[in-house]
Amino acid sequence: MRRLAKVIVLGVWLLITLFPLYWIVVTSLKPKVEIFSMPIKYWPGNVTFEHYADLFSFADFGTYLLNSLLVSLVAAGAVTMIGVLGGYTLARFSFPGRGALMLAFLVTQMLPLFIALGPLYLLMSDLDLLNRLAGLMLVYIAMLVPFATIIMRGFYERIPVALEEAAQVDGASRLVAMVRVVIPVMLPGIAATFIFAFVQCWNELFLAITFIDSEDAKTIPVAMNSFITQYDIDWGSMAAATVVSVLPTLVLFAAIRRYIVEGLTAGAVKG
Amino acid sequence: MSVGSARPAFTTRKARFIALCLLPGVVFVVLFTYYPVIRGAIIAFQQYNLFDLTSTPFVGLENFRAVLAEDRFWTALRNTGTWVAVSLFFQFFLGFGLALLLRRHFRGRGLYQAWVFFPWAMSGFLIGLLWRWMFNGQFGVINDLLLRSGIIEHRIGFLATPGWAMTSVIVANVWYGVTFFAIMIMAALQSVPRELYEAADVDGASRLRQFWHVTLPHIRPTLALIVLLRIIWILNFPDLIYSMTGGGPAGSTDIITTFLIQQVIGGDYGRGGAVGMLVLGLLLAFSVFYLNATRFEKAR
Repeated sequence: MRRLAKVIVLGVWLLITLFPLYWIVVTSLKPKVEIFSMPIKYWPGNVTFEHYADLFSFADFGTYLLNSLLVSLVAAGAVTMIGVLGGYTLARFSFPGRGALMLAFLVTQMLPLFIALGPLYLLMSDLDLLNRLAGLMLVYIAMLVPFATIIMRGFYERIPVALEEAAQVDGASRLVAMVRVVIPVMLPGIAATFIFAFVQCWNELFLAITFIDSEDAKTIPVAMNSFITQYDIDWGSMAAATVVSVLPTLVLFAAIRRYIVEGLTAGAVKG
Repeated sequence: MSVGSARPAFTTRKARFIALCLLPGVVFVVLFTYYPVIRGAIIAFQQYNLFDLTSTPFVGLENFRAVLAEDRFWTALRNTGTWVAVSLFFQFFLGFGLALLLRRHFRGRGLYQAWVFFPWAMSGFLIGLLWRWMFNGQFGVINDLLLRSGIIEHRIGFLATPGWAMTSVIVANVWYGVTFFAIMIMAALQSVPRELYEAADVDGASRLRQFWHVTLPHIRPTLALIVLLRIIWILNFPDLIYSMTGGGPAGSTDIITTFLIQQVIGGDYGRGGAVGMLVLGLLLAFSVFYLNATRFEKAR
């Protein structure tokens, strides 16, 4: 009896969790007349892919996809490297200012970057980086450096120092010991950090809409934001765009779920 | 090579290594995070409109006065309280319930967690869009479900009616945040040593008493931290409201962070800076609280 109740409650919650996803997929597959007709159909009468086709013909979604991919790959790659280096020093050395640095990084985790949206716009303008993907990359790297550094530090701390010391005794320099011995052990953690950073960049909205308004530099969220008009949204295209943009992140997050849970419990990952 | 002569050279090399490893990260954070925040703090005291940059004189507290004189600011502040408190309440208790149900291992638990985890892969922006469509006053599926089940007789313009709009954005936020609490509380529950329960069993304590006298005291410090963190994050989460209602209708779903973003998009960086500083003050107060709590936790 108790078990049955438990199964029912869990089932209902699963349904509530998954329904919005189901609904956006169904909407994206309905012809326009079915999306805006009564009674509501819970499964499309005629499955159509026209909204997906529209994205790439009427809207320049191919370009936006490519821009998002480029920005996210570069920023996530850079930030992972910075985290690998910075996390190592924070985990392995004690030096003056270490505590202050940790604090300075932790504080940024509490500050959303949009608090300084205006000054950031001015800075980008001064550096001639408005409407350029490079500008977005730089800001995203800065946005994710504290996260990557703190989480990497945690990964290093779990690896016994003896492992590197053994390599150093064998005559390897510190850097060589790090690259040859420590990094292979950390590879899953590094991959998880990269993926998490990638998804954060892929999803970022407010900085992107502040710096970018030219068509050829738009990322997916910027493009989707311009689909929203005051009174009218073409929900077919919007649904299709949502599905396209969320699919890669679903797959990536599923792959690193265990690490996200760890990162959350360590306070390094923003929720 | 004697130790005495080697040490100074080694120390310099070590210092250089540390500096080189940390430099890139520090440069990025200083240039693109701390510098803009500080410049924002200065602009808050200037007349600074993007559409008239020819004169940007210092005007003292004028921006703060203007912001504090606006009704919309106070509405946003009140809404922030509702948004944080109500979202937090439901996220916490539903998450706690889910964590208790998932505590014991059962077949398929891993798979279940994987599915329940999925909202986390979505941005607040996309979640807002999903729910905006579902809460649609005319073609929305939520209206349809409520009509079919006989709970309502007429469609509700959820996002067009002030009271309902706030309820709607909170529903979406709860949907998103329950998983977070479930995960965190599950981790906390698993940290309770098994022996404590065994001892309680020996003493003949009921399940409920065990929960009250063993589980809860043990995980309370962790719970406090999770809740504090969550408060900060919900406060920092204008994304969902931005895409779901844009703060409307008539500012009824504006929270302080959506208000801030509107100021900046409107080009008034002076006032934007002032609101930014007010948000910063709010967040810092919470952060100090939070960091103290962490230290307290470690000292135990």
